[in-house]
Amino acid sequence: MSAEIETLRLTAEQAFALVESGEVTPEELHSTYLGVISERDPELNAFLRTVKEPNGTSIPIALKDLISTCGLETTAGSRILEGYVPVADSTVAARCRAAGLSVLGKTNMDEFAMGSSGENSAYGPTRNPWHLDRVPGGSSSGSAAAVAGGLAPWALGSDTGGSIKQPASFCGLVGLRPTYGTVSRSGIVAFASSLDQVGPITKTVRDCALLYRIIAGRDPADSTTVELPVPVELPEAEDLRGLRIGVPRELNEAEGVETGVATAVAEAIELARELGADLEACSLPLSVRYGLPCYYLIAPSEASSNLARYDGVRYGPRADGAGDLDEMYAETRRRGFGDEPKRRIMLGTYALSAGYYDAFYGQAQKVRTVIRREHDELFRRFDLLVSPTSPTVAFPLGARTADPLAMYVADLLTIPSNMAGLPGLSIPCGLSEGLPVGLQLIGPQFGENALFRAGHALERALEFDFVPERLR
Amino acid sequence: MTGSESGWEPVIGLEIHVQLKTRTKMFCRCETGFGEPENTRTCPVCLAHPGALPVANRAAVDWTVKLGLALGCEIAERAQFHRKNYFYFDLPKGYQISQYDEPLCRAGRFDVPCADGDLEVGIVRAHLEEDAAKTVHVGGAGGRIVGAGRSLVDFNRGGTPLVEIVTKPDLRSADDARRFLQILRQTIVELGISDAEMEKGTLRCDANISVRKVGEAGFRTRWELKNMNSFSFIGRGIDAAVREQIALHEAGEEVVQQTYDYDADRDALTPHRTKEEAEDYRYFPEPDLVPVAPEAALVARLRAELPEPPGVRIRRLEGELDFATAFDLVTTGRDRLYEAVAAAGAEARAAANVIMNQLARAGVDPGVVVPSELAKLVEARDRIPRAAFDEAIAHTGDEGFSADPYLEQEQVSDTASLEPVIEAVLDANPDQVAAYKGGKEGLLGFFVGQVMKETGGTANPKLVGDLLRRRLQA
Repeated sequence: MSAEIETLRLTAEQAFALVESGEVTPEELHSTYLGVISERDPELNAFLRTVKEPNGTSIPIALKDLISTCGLETTAGSRILEGYVPVADSTVAARCRAAGLSVLGKTNMDEFAMGSSGENSAYGPTRNPWHLDRVPGGSSSGSAAAVAGGLAPWALGSDTGGSIKQPASFCGLVGLRPTYGTVSRSGIVAFASSLDQVGPITKTVRDCALLYRIIAGRDPADSTTVELPVPVELPEAEDLRGLRIGVPRELNEAEGVETGVATAVAEAIELARELGADLEACSLPLSVRYGLPCYYLIAPSEASSNLARYDGVRYGPRADGAGDLDEMYAETRRRGFGDEPKRRIMLGTYALSAGYYDAFYGQAQKVRTVIRREHDELFRRFDLLVSPTSPTVAFPLGARTADPLAMYVADLLTIPSNMAGLPGLSIPCGLSEGLPVGLQLIGPQFGENALFRAGHALERALEFDFVPERLR
Repeated sequence: MTGSESGWEPVIGLEIHVQLKTRTKMFCRCETGFGEPENTRTCPVCLAHPGALPVANRAAVDWTVKLGLALGCEIAERAQFHRKNYFYFDLPKGYQISQYDEPLCRAGRFDVPCADGDLEVGIVRAHLEEDAAKTVHVGGAGGRIVGAGRSLVDFNRGGTPLVEIVTKPDLRSADDARRFLQILRQTIVELGISDAEMEKGTLRCDANISVRKVGEAGFRTRWELKNMNSFSFIGRGIDAAVREQIALHEAGEEVVQQTYDYDADRDALTPHRTKEEAEDYRYFPEPDLVPVAPEAALVARLRAELPEPPGVRIRRLEGELDFATAFDLVTTGRDRLYEAVAAAGAEARAAANVIMNQLARAGVDPGVVVPSELAKLVEARDRIPRAAFDEAIAHTGDEGFSADPYLEQEQVSDTASLEPVIEAVLDANPDQVAAYKGGKEGLLGFFVGQVMKETGGTANPKLVGDLLRRRLQA
């Protein structure tokens, strides 16, 4: 029976239905996906490790490898955590297990979530199921590739500057970066604490809402979490009547937005109008101009401190034969970290240094307040904002690895709302050059239900086929 | 040499660390405690596993507020935790969670009673942070890092709540510093927030010391003195630093800013081991924690709970006793018993003497003594045999203790039975007798002791003294 399941097309909601109707057991489903992984992952490299034994009472899930899993190695894509086995589940992993989900495995990622292509993994790049010579986006590269390639019904990723939304966009999937503070970071290997949020990568908006419902809510182990003010609603409506949607010029007309991307997004916006939404141009000048530079001060600053614990003293590989303590630290970290973490540790250390703090980190925090205020202003007039998720479709492997700045610009459109702590949903809205284009919907704080509603209605109307053309 | 004699004035400020005795650690739920096997009180948070997040201990915050109130501080409406970044193996996260420019308590004033009025000590701040782990250096001399083969870390202590108190440079002598610390310690103990024992390291003190000419404005270059683990070492350490700085100034040499350890064995300062490069802790607000905002109602409740301060009690008692005795009673936590015993009818000075001497020597916890029973003993102290008195004192802490059986015992106060014993003692110690007669009258106590010993402690010591004096004058 399990051999008949077409995992490429199966949504999580459909998989639940199969299990509930008894057509397939949770064990069969788990094994089915393991079979697909063994067949297809050699070319994708989406999984760092899989779990052979089914371990849930419903459907499987893939977890980004920075989500701590008790007894299951968790490396965050880094050599410095090679062999590290958590003694406890992260809160999100525990919530997945409590919901009966079976952990299928841990997915590849840019090292410590630092990257926009998946190429910064210490364990080799992940490839895009739509086109094997293209990147799947990052840093949740493996989670996106796994879902798009039919290797998992759904997955969890994490998003600091765009690491869920952008790979979802590149792989033709739905990705939610939740409101900051709604999903626990306890047990999530930290990159930039004030920005990191775990969220779903799924095939449909309803799947996305289902998974968000499982993971969201206050956690006593994470002081920055809050209880959701309203329960998560599964979207049903297929129109957008009454929704006021703002179209920020600076995001939609940003330099570097590919023509094919702009066209697909413009068509989706037109479709939204036809579905009954009120659309109006608006402006986010400061957020877009200063979002990226401020992000690249705040995120590396926090990272430089968060990554200090990887010192070879208590866990992870330690450089042997070092002369003294300082040499041991230096050598352990020299060998353990890849170029991108090293680059950001240096940037952040510099930005926090005495004499530079006020000009860099301090100033960036002030600008962040300005960005938040600018968004708040717009949400007095609008229920949602819309833009492309990424200026481009998936780019070729290796195209940007030599130029860190070109890589950083991939997050230009996702960073401003992230800096404001706001939720963002990416849904596929068409193809350009045969590759998926992502539409970014940005909501106000705790505005996930509005995002799901709009995303679901657009998804129905767009009729995008999330199965990669080469695999149909 | 004292400062004023030579025209020099010491300028001293203190940095005190107090380990709070909360049930659990500052940012995780591991229990705090001493003496458990190494690394058994640890968890992913205090071992800094990936993704482990701190959650602030509410009791520790409340207690810090309480201490701040006792120090006369303003309590912040919004305080912030900061990360203090540096690498060391006793610091698992690579940063210490501490407080920086938004501490819980600031701008206080703490009065230290002195014989000639109050010494006002400004409190710059009192903030909450986490303690580092304990390191043991194996294979080197005397447990020092230099020459050690390897270092072991015990993370049980790591993450214990620690309050750091910083004073203004308002202290002018080692005595000031010691007295300030004694009053501070007693205040902390009475708040019930720490054992504040220097020997155990639950109270630690660093001192910033400089000297200047009396009348001079401004401050000269200072030294920081670390690792003084008793009140007397603090006094001696400060004196040593003051002495050396005055000598340098008078020799026209420069005092270079430096950190020293006080080596009690040699009564000397040794340069503290520091890294060559200047420390830059790269403080920034801890993003894993939300700001602490003690509510006004909570602050008011904690303020109402404050016990009567030690300084006030010293002032109250010094009238009926004297300053030094009042200070000692209060700073050893014996004044409440003293007041109760005095109220039960015992003569004030006698009660104070018994409590500060015999009771303290017997190691009896003053908190469990029944004052009325002790008052009876104090009243009868010259009437009953010394041995009976001492034995009674030793049992005053026992549950259900009654003084009555001891009060029934009588001293041997009859001259006839004592005189033969006195003769025997004098005969047995001819050299001492000669010495006494030669002017060493201090030997009287020796003879009294011998007689008391021979009589099994039953003799009336006052009478024995009188008899001896008379006999030796003859």
